[in-house]
Amino acid sequence: MNASALQLMELHKRFGETPIIRGVNLDVRQGERHAVIGPNGAGKSTLFHLISGRFPVSSGQVLLKGEDITGLTPYMINRRGLSRSFQVTNIFPRMSVYENIRCAVLWSLGYRYSFWRMVEKARDARELTESVLEQINLMSRRDVMAGVLSYAEQRALEIGITIASGADVIMLDEPTAGMSLSETEYAVALIRRVSEGKTLLIVEHDMSVVFDLADRISVLVYGQVIATDTPENIRANPAVQEAYLGAATEEKDHA
Amino acid sequence: MSEIVNKNGYWMQWVLAALTLIALPYVFSSGASLTMMCLMGFAIIFSLSYNMLLGQTGILSFGHAVYYGMGGFMTAHALNVIAAGKLPIPLPVMPLIGGLAGLFFAMLFGWVSTKRAGTAFSMISLGIGELVAACSLILRGFFGGEGGISTSRTETMKFFGMNFGPQIQVYYLIAAWCLVCIAAMYLFTRTPLGRMCNAVRDNPERAEFVGYSTQMVRFIAFCASGFFAGVAGGLSAIHYEIVTSSVIGAGPSGYVLLMSYIGGVSFFIGPIIGAVLMTALQISLSDYTGAWMLYVGLMFVMVVMFAPGGLAGLLLMHKPMLMRGTLRRLLPAYGLAVVPVLMVTAGGVLVVETCYHLLVKSSEGTTMNVLWLQYDAKSPWAWSAIVALFVAGGMALRKLSPFVAEAFHDAVKQAQSKGAQ
Repeated sequence: MNASALQLMELHKRFGETPIIRGVNLDVRQGERHAVIGPNGAGKSTLFHLISGRFPVSSGQVLLKGEDITGLTPYMINRRGLSRSFQVTNIFPRMSVYENIRCAVLWSLGYRYSFWRMVEKARDARELTESVLEQINLMSRRDVMAGVLSYAEQRALEIGITIASGADVIMLDEPTAGMSLSETEYAVALIRRVSEGKTLLIVEHDMSVVFDLADRISVLVYGQVIATDTPENIRANPAVQEAYLGAATEEKDHA
Repeated sequence: MSEIVNKNGYWMQWVLAALTLIALPYVFSSGASLTMMCLMGFAIIFSLSYNMLLGQTGILSFGHAVYYGMGGFMTAHALNVIAAGKLPIPLPVMPLIGGLAGLFFAMLFGWVSTKRAGTAFSMISLGIGELVAACSLILRGFFGGEGGISTSRTETMKFFGMNFGPQIQVYYLIAAWCLVCIAAMYLFTRTPLGRMCNAVRDNPERAEFVGYSTQMVRFIAFCASGFFAGVAGGLSAIHYEIVTSSVIGAGPSGYVLLMSYIGGVSFFIGPIIGAVLMTALQISLSDYTGAWMLYVGLMFVMVVMFAPGGLAGLLLMHKPMLMRGTLRRLLPAYGLAVVPVLMVTAGGVLVVETCYHLLVKSSEGTTMNVLWLQYDAKSPWAWSAIVALFVAGGMALRKLSPFVAEAFHDAVKQAQSKGAQ
């Protein structure tokens, strides 16, 4: 069995008096593709924000490759090799596609806050940026301002920014939300490609994507993980069926 | 865009700029224009330094004159110390003292203010500006009270035989510093940190998730900006040979915002255009009218409302058409629009001038002159004519604007299709 890439221990998050995450325990192994599913309002996005440092944790611990990262700022967590994407596209709209990716590679290549060397002369940054652009298939759009890309292209850029730093733990928050069928297929292939050899934690609503991509699935309901297992076992799990898939069939009945 | 810069073309730009600066005093040789070009020189540095914050990093400061002023005071004090002790330091390095003073105070105050972004940062910068302005009236030893700190630029050791008494020598000193600072600030935008400044401006949240502390990016940009503001202040101290507490307050802090914004904060060249134009206007307009600051304010409002890209934005809008040669298709439309624009402008100016005459210069009687016109400021006929001119111009402009917009879009389209061929 592989070592843990990411461990959540008794994680709690309250907004005022309202508990949103109520004691989540999760163990994501190195090299696996792990999906988090759950009905709307279960706290999936909040969980992502807690892990990546966007929200402070109320209590509990987050371990990244065995190290405690609870309470660190997003940039410190990012520097330790965890990178995430956002549910709502979160790019640098007034910069070119090329520059969007280059911003994401600078820190990991050691350029930090340097203002004594020219960024155009940084060959490693250029090569890495171009290889990421090839990977996400946006090479032909490299000089276009990111804000004017099509929605699907912006989602691809979002993934590009996330993987560009070479982080080995990647978290994607609903990467295929709002995409057409063919766009989704393309995005799944892209995610499969860029997460090769890395640990992937993904939140996704599209069940075909989840069952297609994930090695293991965790089901989050009302701020608690009620099951973590392989896709086949999750499908067969009666508690999951009741809490999640059951609710979905009920919705269908009402509709 | 400028990823692939033609190396020769790149160097040629700077050589050309240097040659222009060298040649300018031969073209504009009068004492008044020499003084004006000196003022433009440090206005350009000041305004570009301000834009490192506003345009590049997306933070709005209301207290940038603090670093300009501290640079000026430190330079003046240093000049006096050097003159008293006969220290072997030549004048041309003195703006560096101003820069270091600006840097020091930017580090001090920036450490506090850059912890926040957005509105909170602006408020803190306003507070610090007021604080320092208040101190300048209390700490008379350092700021010199009402009279300020006087100094003399000619008391330092000679620099290649120059004592910097004549204005022309000061001009070349300012021009050299101006060129160096422009180049340094331009190159700053091409460094990893400079690019991350833009990233923080565009989307601070995402910048944190690619490994950068937005607070640190803002802090370093603020320090660099303070340094160049200090250099500008040092040059102004050398030029005027006096620094008073009026340079440090909210007035100059607001003025540098106006200059940069009117020039265009989204373009590197914008603040340069703004500084040159505003300095020229300040000097020439203030000869004609006491209400010149009002015109500057009106211009600022117009730019904010109708041309957020500033003058640089308006100019660069026409670049593709100029390159593809479709600009002349615009000329008829622009030619037609000139008439109502002139009418509105003239009407507006007459309203302002007449009001100004009635309110401020009422002791001189009601007869007044605007350029070659002479009329009675209280005459209903004059007022009707002015209002009619303004309203008719405005209505004509409204009628014409769709036509001009259409002509513009046509020309853009043609330029694009030509570019695609």
